Amino acid sequence: MAVEKRVVFKSAWLPWVLIAPQVAVIAIFFFWPAAQALLQSVQQSDAFGTSVEFVGLENFRNLWNDASYLESFKTTAVFSALVAVLGLSLSLTLAIFADRVVRGSGIYRTFLIWPYAVAPAVAGVLWLFMFAPSIGIVSYGIRQLGMGWDPLLNSNHAMALIVMAAVWKQISYNFLFFLAGLQSIPKSLIEAAAMDGARPWRRFWTIQFPLLSPTTFFLLVINIVYAFFDTFAIVDAATKGGPGKDTAILVYKVYFDGFKAMDLGGSAAQSVVLMVIVVALTVVQFRFVEKKVNY
Amino acid sequence: MVERRPWLDFLSHAILIIGVLVIAFPVYITFVASTHTTQEVVQSPMPLLPGAHLWDNYRTALLGGREGTGSKAAVGGMMMVSLITALVISLGKIAISLLSAFAIVYFRFPARMFFFWAIFVTLMLPVEVRIGPTYQVVADLGMLNSYAGLTVPLIASATATFLFRQFFLTVPDELVEAARVDGAGPLRFFKDILVPLSRTSIAALFVIQFIYGWNQYLWPLLVTTEESMYPVVVGIKQMISGGDAQTEWNIVMATAMLAMLPPALVVMLMQKWFVKGLVDTEK
Repeated sequence: MAVEKRVVFKSAWLPWVLIAPQVAVIAIFFFWPAAQALLQSVQQSDAFGTSVEFVGLENFRNLWNDASYLESFKTTAVFSALVAVLGLSLSLTLAIFADRVVRGSGIYRTFLIWPYAVAPAVAGVLWLFMFAPSIGIVSYGIRQLGMGWDPLLNSNHAMALIVMAAVWKQISYNFLFFLAGLQSIPKSLIEAAAMDGARPWRRFWTIQFPLLSPTTFFLLVINIVYAFFDTFAIVDAATKGGPGKDTAILVYKVYFDGFKAMDLGGSAAQSVVLMVIVVALTVVQFRFVEKKVNY
Repeated sequence: MVERRPWLDFLSHAILIIGVLVIAFPVYITFVASTHTTQEVVQSPMPLLPGAHLWDNYRTALLGGREGTGSKAAVGGMMMVSLITALVISLGKIAISLLSAFAIVYFRFPARMFFFWAIFVTLMLPVEVRIGPTYQVVADLGMLNSYAGLTVPLIASATATFLFRQFFLTVPDELVEAARVDGAGPLRFFKDILVPLSRTSIAALFVIQFIYGWNQYLWPLLVTTEESMYPVVVGIKQMISGGDAQTEWNIVMATAMLAMLPPALVVMLMQKWFVKGLVDTEK
């Protein structure tokens, strides 16, 4: 595909008018605030906001020495690893079987894709309700099995709760991409392997799974981005970062420190760290996903 | 189907049905809870079959007038706020992206590639990483608690601009030449040829962006402080306060059903465009 048009229109002013709305929005609401975040991250203001002084990298040093921030990093890492691994394996399983089914696969797809439409905050509320210690129906079931369950006090339980809600919401997305990936694998390859006597289990691991690796890698990056940035609402609705700060992922901490604790410099420094993470993830995505993983 | 394996076929259906049921379970419970009285819902275990208070609960939710703790604003109003916000965001993104992609593909002007990359870089600046300063800008512009504040900062779209650019590059040059011969200027060409040709891309983007707009949480949470400007996704969270026993869970669950309905309908009814939109926007 051509990167440039051969035939273009000529006008000295029209293109500027056409592009103006988009440029205005990104300048005012993207670049200006991002620059402000960079600036605030090297400043510190007193409690009343009357004086601002330049402090260099002190805010970053404070972050580095802040046990709760490092803890939040660890929480985020555990959370996104669990969301990515569980979400990918569950949806891959469903996609493999949906790929096999000839009759009714459209119906299954329809019934598997709608959680994408559920708002993260609503997903958080749903799971909070099912797993509420005293009234939740699933908590009741867990107690009947003789196990304890209290996400308000036990941080492992709280983590399990937000992981389940986040995975539930993301399964449909992963499923669609895995199914499309599986359906694009030429049937002749699988038929040839079948004639050579490879059974379905073996065929999956030697043919389908390797050929699916670009899709898997792409989804891995997407799921990590999702777990880092799009799950704020799930955490806020289901656990509010608790118990203590045990489920406060990085994005939640930026929000909490900036808007509840009013630590602008610290919050801005955290924003800058997050920006670096997004840039890194985007670069990874474009470098490796565009070229496709080699197999 | 490569070979006949009846047992494996059976297993496939069984696993898929279990998957569908497990995924639907939270919503079924939500629906059941939304048809009972508060007392019935908070007893443990709660009933597993729908009750008789469906109509009462949904009316109470939509019109407001709850008794428990937490926010008591009417959900009907919040749904309206959500609908307007989602429509403005999705249509706004499509409109400004169509225009800027048209400018970038069909014109040559200084700093063209600079703007292209500037739009691209916004991919790396999600709201979550710049919430503080963006809030400051919106507050300084006096846009708190307004539809402008809820929508305009979210309206820029790198993905939509790229999608339209990709599509425009595949449109044959002969169409431009033919339009020129017929005496059509650039705006005429845009309106009568390019936009109609982009119909499917527009539909696909609309589905994705409508859901994106409807499901926004962090941003509305920051820029709205008045209950009358809460989108339903933010409002539902405000209804839960105090202990489990004081929250009117039946009404909260009715609200959850109402909040899920419009985007779920859009996905299921426009499934073809939804799938196309998902695949295209991630290229």
